[in-house]
Amino acid sequence: MSINENDVILQVQDLKKHFMPHQGLLQSLGTKTKKVIKAVDGISFGIRRGEIFGLIGESGSGKTTTGKLVMKLIEPTSGKIVFNGEDVTITDRGRTKAYRRQVQMIFQDPYASMNPRFKIRDVLGEPLIIHKIEGDRLRHEEMIIKSLTEVKLNPPSDFMGRYPHMLSGGQRQRVATARTLILNPMMLVADEPVSMIDLSTRAEILHMMKDVQRDLGLTYLYITHDLSTARYFTDRIAVMYLGRIVEMGRADDVIDNPIHPYTRALIDAVPEPETGMVDIIKELPISGEIPSPANIPPGCRFHTRCPYAKPVCSEQTEPELSDVGNGHFHACRRWKEL
Amino acid sequence: MDKILEVKNLRLYYHTNKGAVKALDDVSFDLYKGETLGLVGESGCGKTTTGVALLRMPSPPGRIEEGSQIFLDGRDIMGLSEKQIRKDVRWEEVSMVFQGAMNCLTPVYTIGKQMLETLQEHREMEKKQAEKLIKEYLGLVGLPPEVMNRYPHELSGGMKQRIVIATALFLKPKLVVLDEPTTALDVIVQAQIINLLKKLKKTFDLSFIFITHDLSLEAEVSDRVCVMYAGKIAELGTNQQIYGKQGPMHPYTEKLLLATPLLKKKVETLSFIPGAPPDLIDPPSGCRFHPRCHKVMDKCKEEIPPLLELEPGHMVACWRCVK
Repeated sequence: MSINENDVILQVQDLKKHFMPHQGLLQSLGTKTKKVIKAVDGISFGIRRGEIFGLIGESGSGKTTTGKLVMKLIEPTSGKIVFNGEDVTITDRGRTKAYRRQVQMIFQDPYASMNPRFKIRDVLGEPLIIHKIEGDRLRHEEMIIKSLTEVKLNPPSDFMGRYPHMLSGGQRQRVATARTLILNPMMLVADEPVSMIDLSTRAEILHMMKDVQRDLGLTYLYITHDLSTARYFTDRIAVMYLGRIVEMGRADDVIDNPIHPYTRALIDAVPEPETGMVDIIKELPISGEIPSPANIPPGCRFHTRCPYAKPVCSEQTEPELSDVGNGHFHACRRWKEL
Repeated sequence: MDKILEVKNLRLYYHTNKGAVKALDDVSFDLYKGETLGLVGESGCGKTTTGVALLRMPSPPGRIEEGSQIFLDGRDIMGLSEKQIRKDVRWEEVSMVFQGAMNCLTPVYTIGKQMLETLQEHREMEKKQAEKLIKEYLGLVGLPPEVMNRYPHELSGGMKQRIVIATALFLKPKLVVLDEPTTALDVIVQAQIINLLKKLKKTFDLSFIFITHDLSLEAEVSDRVCVMYAGKIAELGTNQQIYGKQGPMHPYTEKLLLATPLLKKKVETLSFIPGAPPDLIDPPSGCRFHPRCHKVMDKCKEEIPPLLELEPGHMVACWRCVK
């Protein structure tokens, strides 16, 4: 399916999620200002219909929080989410439920995301009951069979009577995908769907997800820390650092020609299966670890770890995303000098 | 070169109600002084079980079977009593960084107290002297001495992993088993820890067994690589033999490498291995990989392939390679 650049299915505008940590009485007497944890701090992106969009970041970058915001599992502090032309930032319960039929989620851990006492038939039947999908038992059974066929669990009748513990990790993740497909969604949010799956079958699951996406014309938001699978799996990616997007563009552009120093460092740190590295101590362009989102550095929030930082980076306001052409965005003020 | 470790016909079975799970079956390999040997394979292939067997502490109901031999620096440790093992092998000669160990630090004790405990269990030492030693080791892994007074929740994942590594090195072991030491860490922190391990190896003249499922990472750290499948060694070779131009010889290694997504090279389709690893209570006859193998022959289904040395240092257990 060719992707139309102007046909945006999900638009996120200046989305923020700030968490207020719980404070005891003594603490609140001691300090005047509450420390706010800025997990997501003003991000904007659009996902086109039929596209696989990857959100990449280290732990603490805010990628999972963004996924939860898109799923409407948590309320944003500010900003806007527009889905399929409709503002869904604030919705009542009924509308939220309807929204979740259109946007479904695949979770990271296929061992924990299924009730161990449910047979596969019941795992897949539950969303039909929750969303009060019309039809009798027979009709529901047909839908279950159809979704199992879509994820290539053949023959479906072999799997319906089994319990999750009788399946391998790969098969469970197929069931998890089938569970989302049964409601005919338009978009799937997949948070690290293959990180718990064995290397030998990881590619199999990604293939299956891609096939399903192509066959049904779905849109994916793929959240991961793994650049290598993202390159293989996604059309476009956005790299997050400390609650902001620092670089965004076509996966090939971003990985082959990274602009932001953070993206470059991430790419340099990924090991490759080649010889001659054993006695080499890799030179790492950046040191230290990601700072706390409760204490975000002023100016460009990456300046504390950036090898190219100059006073201008911390003194001026936060750099905004700017386009270098070809839809490749970055948020680095000094990119031309690097 | 001297051998620090010789493992011969190691068998370790988990005796469950349903029968014995043959987690390790006839595993033999050597490790030379100053070398890093990588163990790779899918979950359940016996990597971690090999690691704990070297400390002679299989988790129950596991048992090291009769006829298994482990020589550490020339000394047979299978004949030693548990008391002797505790006194002069475990942590003294061989130590281990367990998978997810950084999450097993006690949340209610300070880092200093936890490290002190390990030290005082093995050495009679004044508290002051012990604290001095702890500070020295914290410095070696790149942490400031104040960390001693902190609690685990105040530290990041990378810092906790450094503490676990320091604790494994305290008693100056000769061999350290590293079980997925960077799995839960971000790529940049992972690269930092790998650099640290390489430096420590030089400083202390250590030998490493590096367990991981990540072949790309293995290529960066291991002098030799041992690929395991379903409790057996499939292939063992030098870094050059496995990752070099010629490439691996065993179909399993070959497929595993093809299934690894590469960052710097775009591929249209990734390959994968159909099916799942077998049940080790009743493993497949012949070669254990045959039900998933794309090059299977009739012989593979009936006879167990021997681990043969095809060229110096390159061992493969595959009937296809037997001429």
